[in-house]
Amino acid sequence: MTHARPFPSLAPVINHKFSVPFLELNHVTKSFGAHCVLQDVNLSITRGEFVAIVGYSGSGKTTLISLMAGLIKADTGTIKLNDLEITAPGPDRGIVFQNYSLLPWLTVYENIALAVDQVFPNYSPEKKRQHIGKYIEMVNLTPARDKKPAQLSGGMRQRVSVARALAIDPQVLLLDEPLSALDALTRATLQDEIERIWEADKKTVVLITNDVDEALLLADRIIPLTPGPGATLGDPVAVPLARPRNRKALNHDPEFKRLRALVINQLLGYNARRRTTVTKKLILPDILPENLDAPRTSRRRPLRPHEIKKEEISISS
Amino acid sequence: MKKFKFDWLILPMLGFGCVLIFWTILSATVAKNLPSPAKTWDASKLYILEPFAKRGEMDQGILRFTWYSLELVAKGYALAIIIGTPIGFCLGLSKAFAKTFDPIIQVLRPVSPLAWLPLGLVLFLDAGKDAGTLGALFTIAICSMWPTVLNTAVGVRAVPQDYLNVGRVLKLSRWKTLTKILIPATLPYMFTGFRLSLGIAWLVIVAAEMLTGRPGVGGFLWQEYNSLVYEHIILSILTIGFVGFALDRLMSLLERRFKTV
Repeated sequence: MTHARPFPSLAPVINHKFSVPFLELNHVTKSFGAHCVLQDVNLSITRGEFVAIVGYSGSGKTTLISLMAGLIKADTGTIKLNDLEITAPGPDRGIVFQNYSLLPWLTVYENIALAVDQVFPNYSPEKKRQHIGKYIEMVNLTPARDKKPAQLSGGMRQRVSVARALAIDPQVLLLDEPLSALDALTRATLQDEIERIWEADKKTVVLITNDVDEALLLADRIIPLTPGPGATLGDPVAVPLARPRNRKALNHDPEFKRLRALVINQLLGYNARRRTTVTKKLILPDILPENLDAPRTSRRRPLRPHEIKKEEISISS
Repeated sequence: MKKFKFDWLILPMLGFGCVLIFWTILSATVAKNLPSPAKTWDASKLYILEPFAKRGEMDQGILRFTWYSLELVAKGYALAIIIGTPIGFCLGLSKAFAKTFDPIIQVLRPVSPLAWLPLGLVLFLDAGKDAGTLGALFTIAICSMWPTVLNTAVGVRAVPQDYLNVGRVLKLSRWKTLTKILIPATLPYMFTGFRLSLGIAWLVIVAAEMLTGRPGVGGFLWQEYNSLVYEHIILSILTIGFVGFALDRLMSLLERRFKTV
């Protein structure tokens, strides 16, 4: 192309070999009050891709996935799925929450049935039962199908949550630190299970995690999230490891080690920069006394607006 | 504490025994007008041993009186729940609604049943013979409604955002969100409210009957006070206590069933 484009392209720079974006975030910024959580986030994911977003806790990972889910609205910027802007939550995006979010008064079967009834109202009772049964089977929970969440272990609950998200046949699966509340052994099993399901289904997946190994084991591409406030996405790291990935073999794979060091160094780099910034820029904050009479709301206003403003500037430099 | 066989039975019995002894001593020494336990039993025997007898309008077996009272309580309580639960939901769901009506609720809530009853009687003045019953019903409903209203409101506000997010992701309709998520999630709070409401309804019935002179435990108590049969006052008090206790137990069983969810 020799001519200048008639319209300036709004698409962000695509950093990987695929080209047609399926899920796309364009200059997304989100603040809660004066607290800027995400700043100028650009992301483009192709169909069938497994992307992991890795970051420190508190860096705005959950905010990012809530934005993709449509549970909260971005202040500026657009989020598009299949070229349609996301404005509200919907069953085209299956979400697995960190805390499972199962309804405790329903059994495993009923929890999934609630979702299936809603998304596939035309299914005959027989088809519905088969459909739900298939997904319970997929996460190996058939013996527990009539149990209530309280009777299940954390790992089993999270599997129900995965089954519920998959059963509505979403276009994208959003996993918000699905395994971080689990013990290491259960986590390993579930990681394998997620990989197996993904291999079979090839759904587009966005996984949010703070575990670099988990990201390397599962994802096609890892994108680090810089620490908040004003977090944004760092340089993506492609993970060209062959699938199915074997956790034992991977530990000795030089490529795995190299990628791991790359991601960790990037994350540590942010942390070092954050530390120096904070010490350098820390001015005496005008601390507002906390108003104890004010009704407690989920969003707590930051108490030191000045400090935060300063930090924001230095990170973007 | 050391546990022994039947301690759940023997220890409460011991408690009742202590009170009985204290009561006997009291009636024999300081309070000469207080009938002793033995005298109370003698005078109440007829009413307890023939609990469903009907000898006259105000001379009936104690359980028959209790039944009348319970009937009225059930109606007033049902009214309170039917009106109170939706109000509670509105309070919990809508901030504007809560801001508008919470102050008036806080003002009306501490008003004594004794103050409501005359208003109830006035409201149903035209009903003639039924005025007393309707007035009592009104009083029970309005006094016992508040715990249901407030607990439901608290319960609705306490529904975890996660549950609501599940509904939002699935695009549940408003009605489905209400029936599939909000109501089940609020149920334990609602039942706490129902239980407190029933306790108040039972308190109110006695006062209402005393003032209106309806046949019932409260009416019987007041009538026997006027005819100087003090033994029957004690009989009525004990009946009211036991029935109230039984009702509370019943509700707590129901409540526990829903809390385990």
